[in-house]
Amino acid sequence: MADKQQGTFTVKAGLAEMLKGGVIMDVTTPEQAVIAEGAGAVAVMALERVPADIRAAGGVARMASPRIVKSIMEAVSIPVMAKVRIGHFVEAEVLEALEVDYIDESEVLTPADDQYHIDKWRFNVPFVCGARDLGEALRRIAEGAAMIRTKGEPGTGNVVEAVRHLRQVNAQIRQVVSTPSGELADLAKELRAPLDLVRRVKELGRLPVVNFSAGGVASPADAALMMQLGADGIFVGSGIFKSSNPEAMARAVVRATLHYNDPKVIAEVSEDIGESMPGLEMTTLKPADRMQDRGI
Amino acid sequence: MRIGVLAIQGDVREHLQHLVQVGADAVSVRTLADLAYVEGLIIPGGESTTIGMLMQEEGLIGAILQRVTNEGFPVYGTCAGLILLAKDVIGKSPARLGLMDIVADRNAYGRQVASFEADLDIVGVEGGPFHAVFIRAPQIIAVGTNVIPLAYYRDQVVMARQGSLLVSSFHPEMTKDTRIHHYFVDLVARRVMTS
Repeated sequence: MADKQQGTFTVKAGLAEMLKGGVIMDVTTPEQAVIAEGAGAVAVMALERVPADIRAAGGVARMASPRIVKSIMEAVSIPVMAKVRIGHFVEAEVLEALEVDYIDESEVLTPADDQYHIDKWRFNVPFVCGARDLGEALRRIAEGAAMIRTKGEPGTGNVVEAVRHLRQVNAQIRQVVSTPSGELADLAKELRAPLDLVRRVKELGRLPVVNFSAGGVASPADAALMMQLGADGIFVGSGIFKSSNPEAMARAVVRATLHYNDPKVIAEVSEDIGESMPGLEMTTLKPADRMQDRGI
Repeated sequence: MRIGVLAIQGDVREHLQHLVQVGADAVSVRTLADLAYVEGLIIPGGESTTIGMLMQEEGLIGAILQRVTNEGFPVYGTCAGLILLAKDVIGKSPARLGLMDIVADRNAYGRQVASFEADLDIVGVEGGPFHAVFIRAPQIIAVGTNVIPLAYYRDQVVMARQGSLLVSSFHPEMTKDTRIHHYFVDLVARRVMTS
């Protein structure tokens, strides 16, 4: 009998498939990770600071300390993800050595390479990457990403950019589907995406990997909104642990994500969960503060 | 034949597609009302803690237990579904059905970097080896005398059956091969006919 194969694209993309319909929460301590797991999160993202605090702190944001990542991995049985700077393949090698379950090559951290993303094919650990449109998503998949999340604008508690990016990806998928095969090469050029992946999108009518929504979800209704718009699942960054009652907020976001089509349940879970995080209006952000424009 | 896929979270779409391909009437099961209208149920891969907790909140754990006990309702658990069906679980244990006489060790094959694909011979599944995908998979570390092992990987049981209950550590919905879904649909059909 043939021996086993590891690190294949099937097993990388497969873990993301298992997370579908779930909520992935940013955590900075083992205690927060236990709260997230107890609330029904399908995975946690181990960080040194949540995006809202990274925004406030300024300076260069890097991969979290291995000590934090390890302590979170020991605290929970659900998958643990962690972020590396765009293009910083050594940070990724470190996280792979720690055996994190997924690496987020993330615009939330300060980019290490302003030209190239990590060559994700040479890793056994899978990667998730952010995207604002279909071309960006397919470029990341071409580099080996096994999961996509629309970027939104992290750490703002404002869902408007998450909505914009998901609608954009979906509109472009519809465009690909309705374009005759003979004209796809031109469209691929326009999208700056590899033709074989554009063909695959036409065949499937969706991205070839799972697509979660990220960057701005701050309430149960926000999570349900993104699910109704077609997200496969939800990343909540600052939205849980910057709210006034993280435990209640975490449970409510999980239930709203499951029952995203049932306004009665969303109403019920939105009671008595305290205050959402304070939000930021997009026009107050200077161009340099816009994380979504990094690594496109 | 109407077969449900528990649609709380995880690999629901793929199981539904496979069931349709083998000719079943496939439906998502989220509520007690959904459960009442299916003749068999697949519990997909996903996160067992999340699925178990939300099954509990929906009252699905009690309702499934009742149907299995009263009428031999067929249930197939893959990966997370295996953990939810196991009578005993090593380590942190989610809310679960605990119906099948096996001991499961969660994520015993290791973290994601250890996830793998391998070919298996499966008892009762004809037509050559089955290409199996294991993702942060649980191990079955002990089986009761009334449990029939159907497949092994390196001397470890990775698929087993006890009456109308079926489990696998791996994900048959992740390849195009529909033979295991066919096997489960057959199991449901035979039970429906004899009951």
